Amino acid sequence: MIKIKAKDVDVFYGKKQALFNISLDIEENQVTALIGPSGCGKSTFLRCLNRMNDVIDICSVKGEILINDFNINDKGCDVVRLREKIGMVFQKPNPFPKTLYENVSYGPTIHGIAQSKQEMDEIVETSLKKAALWEEVKDRLHEPGTGLSGGQQQRLCIARAISVRPEVILMDEPCSALDPIATAQIEELIDELKKEHTIIIVTHSMAQAARVSQNTGFFHLGQLIEHGSTDKIFKNPDNKKTQDYITGRFG
Amino acid sequence: MNLILFTFIVLLGFTSYYFGRKKAYTIQSTKKRLTALPQFYGYYLAIWCAIPAFIIFSLWAIFEPSIVKLLILSDYSNQGYLDDELNLIYEKTKALSRGQFTGEITPFIEASAEKYLSLRSIAQSSKVVIVLSAIIASVAYAYKRISSNSRTREPVEKFLNAVLFTASLAAILTTVGIVFSLIFQTIDFFKVIPLFDFVFGTHWYPAKAFVRDSSEALDPTMYSDTFGAVPIFAGTFFIAFIAMCVAIPIGLMSGIYLAEYASIKVRQYAKPLIEILAGIPTVVYGFFAALTVGPFLKELGTSMGLEVSAESALAAGGVMGIMIIPFISSLSDDVITSVPQSLRDGSYAMGATKSETIKRVIFPAALPGIVGSILLGVSRAIGETMIVVMASGLAANLTLNPLESTSTITAQIVVILIGDQAFGDPKTQAAFALGMSLFLVTLCLNIVALRVVKRYREKYE
Repeated sequence: MIKIKAKDVDVFYGKKQALFNISLDIEENQVTALIGPSGCGKSTFLRCLNRMNDVIDICSVKGEILINDFNINDKGCDVVRLREKIGMVFQKPNPFPKTLYENVSYGPTIHGIAQSKQEMDEIVETSLKKAALWEEVKDRLHEPGTGLSGGQQQRLCIARAISVRPEVILMDEPCSALDPIATAQIEELIDELKKEHTIIIVTHSMAQAARVSQNTGFFHLGQLIEHGSTDKIFKNPDNKKTQDYITGRFG
Repeated sequence: MNLILFTFIVLLGFTSYYFGRKKAYTIQSTKKRLTALPQFYGYYLAIWCAIPAFIIFSLWAIFEPSIVKLLILSDYSNQGYLDDELNLIYEKTKALSRGQFTGEITPFIEASAEKYLSLRSIAQSSKVVIVLSAIIASVAYAYKRISSNSRTREPVEKFLNAVLFTASLAAILTTVGIVFSLIFQTIDFFKVIPLFDFVFGTHWYPAKAFVRDSSEALDPTMYSDTFGAVPIFAGTFFIAFIAMCVAIPIGLMSGIYLAEYASIKVRQYAKPLIEILAGIPTVVYGFFAALTVGPFLKELGTSMGLEVSAESALAAGGVMGIMIIPFISSLSDDVITSVPQSLRDGSYAMGATKSETIKRVIFPAALPGIVGSILLGVSRAIGETMIVVMASGLAANLTLNPLESTSTITAQIVVILIGDQAFGDPKTQAAFALGMSLFLVTLCLNIVALRVVKRYREKYE
C-alpha cells in the first residue's frame, strides 16, 4: 500500500533550485532508502515530508505531497499535527539538555497525549523498550540525556520520535556519527520498527541501504534518477548513473 | 634631555634591527640556509639594544635619588641633626635648586643646592655615557655572534612572551594594589568603629563626624550611632532590585525576540540600536532620571494623591534598569543564539511550536548563560554611582517605599570623599570600609556569574 505520494516536487533555496520535479511513492510499513552523493537533495526531499523546510526562511516548496491522500503542502495543513504523525531522527544525536524521562515525554506532553502520570510512565517505558534502550537506562531515567554515549543518544532520539506513535519516521543519516557497533544496533532497530511505522532513511552508506531497505531511490543533482526495489537497484539498475554510483565509480 | 636620549635609543634600536636583517641577507646570499627568517635576526639585535637600556634606566631611576641625597647630606653628618631635620634640609636644597624656594636662604643650603645641581648633571651625563656604551657593546657582541645557524627565533618569541606577560601583570598588580589600599584603610576604620556597629547599626549620619573640632581627641563612643551601614546597604539592594525589575523582563524578552523571532533585517538594525543604550554616559542617565523621570513621577503621584519625593528610589532604580537592559538583552541574545540549531530542529520535528520550543528547550538550555548575564547586570546595578547620586538623594533613609528617597553605598562614598579630605579621620575611612564591602559584594557576584557562564560554555563547545 502506498503511504506517501510525492508529485512533481520542486524545492528552491532563494533562487537556486535544489530539487527538480520529484515524484516518488513510498510504501507503507517498509523501509525506503534515499541514496546519492552529497548535495544531491535527498535530505532536502526528506525534510519536505514533515515540512521541516518551513524553518528555513529562504526555502520554498512547490508540488504535491500526499500523505494518506491529504496534500501536506495545502494551506489547511496543521504542521503541528503533521509532525505528530511524521517523526524525525537527525544525523547528529540531538537529545534535549533534560533528563531521559523528559526527553521521551516531550512529544506526548506538547500533544497532550497522556492523561495521567501513570499513562506517561507507560508511554516512556514502551517507547524506550521499542528503541531497545530500556534495559540500559531504566535505573537512571532522571539523569540528563546528554550523559549517554553517542549510540544510546541516537536510540534516545528514536524513542523520543516514536513516543507519539507516528505513522512515518524520517531518518536523516541516523548512523553517520556512530561507530559500527552502534550502527548495527540502530539497523536492527529499524528492522523492528518497520512493523509499525513507515520508515524513510537517507544514508551515505550503500551497504546500509542494501541491508535495511526494501525500496531505494537514487538522487543525483536534485533529480530522482531511479527508484524501485532495493534488490533491483543494487543488482540490476536501469540507469547507467545508478550503476556507476552503486559500483563506486563516482560520488 | 631624557627625551632626547630615549629617542636616540629608539633610533639605535631601529638601526640594529636594520643591521641584523642585513647581516642575515648577506649570509643568505652565500647560499647558506638560515635558521630563521631574516627579520628575526633584526628583532634579535633590537632586543639586545632594548634590554641593557631598560636595565640601566631602571637601576638609575631606583638608585640615583637616594645616592644624591646621601652625598648631599654627608656634608651635614656629625652636626647633630635629627633625621627629620636632615630631610627638611634636603627638601629645601631641592626646592632652591629649582628656584622655588621662598624662605630664608642660608649659605649652607645655597652651597648644598649648587652641589645638588652639579651632582645631578654628573649623574645625567654618566647615565648617557653608560647607556650608550652598554647598548653599543651588547649590540656589537650580538652582531658578531649571529651566524647562519644561531638561534634567533626562540629568544625573540621568549622576549615577546615576557613583554605580554608584563603587560597582564601590570593589570593584576594594580588590582592587588587597590585591594590593599582598601584593606589597610578599612582596618584603621574598624579600629575606631566596631565592626558590629557598622554592620548592624541602623543610623547612618557621617556628617556628624564633620562637625567635630579636629583638635579634639577622638572619642569612639561619639560615633556609635553615626556609621550604621544598614540603611545604605538596604538602599543599595533596594535600588538594584528596582533596576533589575525593569531590566530583567525587558532585557530578556528583547533578547529572545532578537535571537528567535526577529528577521535578519530587523536584527541588523535593532541590535546596534539597543546597544547604543550601553554607550550613553551614566551622567546623562543621571540627569535624565533627576530632571525628567523624577519630576514626572512626582507629578504623576501628586495627581493620584500619593506623596512622591522628587528624588525617589523608583526614578533612580527605573532609569538604572533601562541602562542595564542592553547588557541583559545582548548577552542573553548571544547565549540563546549559541544554543545549537539541532535542538530547535529536534523540537520542531516533534511538532512543537516556536513558543513551546523556546519555553521548553531553548530557555532551559540557555538558562545558565542567562543567569550569568543577569548576575553581571546586578553587579553593575550595585556598583552604579552617577544615577543614584543625581536622582535618588543623599540622605540614608531606611525605607522600603520606592517613592521616598534613599541612598546607596556608592552615593555615600561620593558624599564622603567630595571636597577636601582629612586622612586618618573615621569619616574618610568610612568610605574605604564602604568601598571594601561594595568590592566584596560585586566580586562574589562576578565570580558566581563567570562560573555559571563557564559551565554553560563547557557544555556546547
